[in-house]
Amino acid sequence: MEFLLLSDRAFLWLAAITYTVAFALALSSILRKRQHSRKTLLAFVIAGFVLQTTGLYIRGHASGSCPLNNQFELMQFMGWSTTLLYLVIGPAFRVSLLGFFTSAFVAIILLVSLFVPEWDTAQTTSIFGTDHWIKAHASLATFSYGVMGILSLTSTMFLLQNRSLKKKNMGGLAPYLPSILELEQINFRLLTFGLSLLTFSILVGAFYTSDPSSSSKLLISGAIWIGYIIIFILYKTRRFSSNNLAYTCIFLFIAAILSLGSVSNAIDHSEEIEEQVSPRE
Amino acid sequence: MTQETAQLLLVGISHHTASMEEREKLALMPERFDDFYRGLKALPGTQESLVLNTCNRLEIYSVVKTENSSDVAKELSDYICSFHDFDSAHFKKLRSVKKSKYVLEHLFNVASGIESQIVGETEILGQAKNAYALARKQDSLGPVLNRLFQKTFQAAKWIRSHTAVGSGQVNVANVAVDLAKKVFGKLETSNILVIGTGEIGEKTLKALRSRGASKITIVSRKIERAEEVAQNMGIKALTRDQLDNSLHEYDIVLTSTSSPSPILTQGTIASAQKKRSIRPFLLIDLAIPRDIEESAAELDNVYLYNLDDLAKIADENLRLRKIETSHGKKLLAERAEKTWEHFGSRFTSL
Repeated sequence: MEFLLLSDRAFLWLAAITYTVAFALALSSILRKRQHSRKTLLAFVIAGFVLQTTGLYIRGHASGSCPLNNQFELMQFMGWSTTLLYLVIGPAFRVSLLGFFTSAFVAIILLVSLFVPEWDTAQTTSIFGTDHWIKAHASLATFSYGVMGILSLTSTMFLLQNRSLKKKNMGGLAPYLPSILELEQINFRLLTFGLSLLTFSILVGAFYTSDPSSSSKLLISGAIWIGYIIIFILYKTRRFSSNNLAYTCIFLFIAAILSLGSVSNAIDHSEEIEEQVSPRE
Repeated sequence: MTQETAQLLLVGISHHTASMEEREKLALMPERFDDFYRGLKALPGTQESLVLNTCNRLEIYSVVKTENSSDVAKELSDYICSFHDFDSAHFKKLRSVKKSKYVLEHLFNVASGIESQIVGETEILGQAKNAYALARKQDSLGPVLNRLFQKTFQAAKWIRSHTAVGSGQVNVANVAVDLAKKVFGKLETSNILVIGTGEIGEKTLKALRSRGASKITIVSRKIERAEEVAQNMGIKALTRDQLDNSLHEYDIVLTSTSSPSPILTQGTIASAQKKRSIRPFLLIDLAIPRDIEESAAELDNVYLYNLDDLAKIADENLRLRKIETSHGKKLLAERAEKTWEHFGSRFTSL
């Protein structure tokens, strides 16, 4: 399916390039020790978001469902969620450099997913079936990973600022980063928000999924959820430092990204079983 | 129009050519401003004038008639010397004379802090604005200098946002305040404790207050001294004994005592940190010998800086500013050229 003579993938490529340009412009300003224009960066991120939304809309329209039908779409949807969150929370938190990190992060996610054609194999059935609750579970879970994606970015910013203050090295990105206290507060709010979404999506998933092939997926997602719950409690009860929280948030997010593979595998496996029972003509 | 045959002229001295003693002799005291401007306006060659008088420079910016601009430069030099009873032959060696667009370029550089002794300092822009306001009050400005100074203020602001000429702090007190902002963001809500009443401590305290800090407590061995400082600054005073159980209540601790051994050990800081919620702890040790045990820096969420650390950061910032100066000068020269094109019809070229 096309729109304005461009295919869905063409729109997604354009979005990835726009995010990359946004990141490159901000990076070049920072390297030349000039203040980067937040308005220019925001304009590029918005343009990238519009292009990505169009690309995903075309795919969703073609499949008749939320574009979460393979690993490629999962990655794309997570990148889209991260940008959406940046656009929503960015102005509220007024976090300098968050746009810079977001554009870099989303550009990487989009480019990686676009460069791995195996991830974009057409599914004969929708990855999450036709049940609306399962679709809600999938989109909420992916969206919560988007929140955790932003959290991993603000955690990285915290670690960079913490390192520069501890090492007494005020060069590099340090002059442009928000304060330690602001980053701590933002991290905790994002953790709370992301965890709430993830909890709800897991509850929905656990309640409505009876497919045994998805049990490994649920197990991995559950393990990540437990990880987030543990650090939330430890931090809330002051038994976990902000430094440890930041490191763990990054680690858990990487694990969450890797677990997306298990979702696709689970579906592929489910399709194989289906084929064995009733071979397609 | 008189401006059609006019020339822009600058006569002055600065720290680049004049020693501190020479600058002191030529400095214009506020109570003599009226007299100086009265004499300046009475000079036959000048149409508009503005005096920029700071601790590092005395400069007269004038719009003069073209045909005799060199004479007016001599006239202005003689006037400065006679006003200050300064040897005119010696003044000639120190002075700098600039004409037409080079005056504008110089003015842009001066107002941007590029010509300052501490490169990139911002005080000069305020001083230039005050000089402009004073010249207006003295009714010695006309349409040309009025417009040129407005353009200068815009250029000075622009260069700060487009280069690193003014980035980073270059004095110890302001570096400490910058660090506090890097850790806590807004200083209005941070609890600050100042231990000791040393000079550098007081300077840092003033810098913190000027950047919004208000919850400040001062501690001294002698309560009378603490109360004296506290009263002058409108803050709270405590004795050392009262401090022991309340260290954890503070976010920023600034020490500048003359104690021969550390007054805050790693253990003291660690137990205070345990009582705090998960909030960072910034310790600034301005004393020599040091007041805070160095090993306290190893604690999680504790940031410890001593006088050497602050001085190193200040030096590094100054170094970076100097590197950026040539780039800033180039940009300002381009801007001055463009601005000059707008004024070109008013002046004859050199």
